[in-house]
Amino acid sequence: MSLQTDLARVRGLGSAKEGTGHWWAQRLTAVALVPLGIWFVFAAVFLAGADLGEFRAWLTVPYNLILMVLLTGVLFHHMQLGMQVVFEDYIHNERSKTVVLILNKFIAVILGVSCIIALLRVAFGG
Amino acid sequence: MATDNRPLSPHLQVYRWQITSVLSILHRITGVGLAVGAIVFAYWLNAAGYGADAFARAQAVLGTWVGVVLLVGWTFALFYHLLNGIRHLFWDAGMGFELSQVRASGWTVVIGTAVLTAITWAVAWNTAGGAG
Repeated sequence: MSLQTDLARVRGLGSAKEGTGHWWAQRLTAVALVPLGIWFVFAAVFLAGADLGEFRAWLTVPYNLILMVLLTGVLFHHMQLGMQVVFEDYIHNERSKTVVLILNKFIAVILGVSCIIALLRVAFGG
Repeated sequence: MATDNRPLSPHLQVYRWQITSVLSILHRITGVGLAVGAIVFAYWLNAAGYGADAFARAQAVLGTWVGVVLLVGWTFALFYHLLNGIRHLFWDAGMGFELSQVRASGWTVVIGTAVLTAITWAVAWNTAGGAG
């Protein structure tokens, strides 16, 4: 017998008012980053010292472009989720915390989108 | 109600260092370090999108000794966060909670990070100077 109302139970929100959404997204992106991260280490070693022509040639292999775009999207999402927890833990002033969390999301999206557009420009010769 | 004058329970400084807590905070430290690395990753890709000169400059900056030292640090951080992250995913699945298992998986992560970082840089050092 729970003291929760049926509505609260159905919404699945605990005291943090967000349910398990953040926790689950962090794990899901983590699982995706295991193969993507390992693949990127190989890619980065291969690309050490490359010029733009060599980078473009590598990026025009379709699966390289697809994996780079996937890596970029998941990476910056995971970064945003992780940094959010760090800021929530260490910033105790509610107003500062809100501002920082908004900036955290904005910066993650700006970095991620700019990287994906850069990748497409290189691959398609923009 | 004032909440800032309450007595605090014993905090970090009274606890003996042990592998469980050290690896735990190292996961967060490497995560923050990788977030900084992600900004450099974004600079590198955006330079490529900007043009050949900008990309050559980015590659040159990353190839200086300061750049290489930072890249070795980020390689270490990436492998640590990756391996310890897998350790966390096993815990999330309800596995490996015995103290002996926690210590064994912890040391596996530490040794694995050192080995993978060393292998990566041995390969990178021998193939440096151009793709292919």
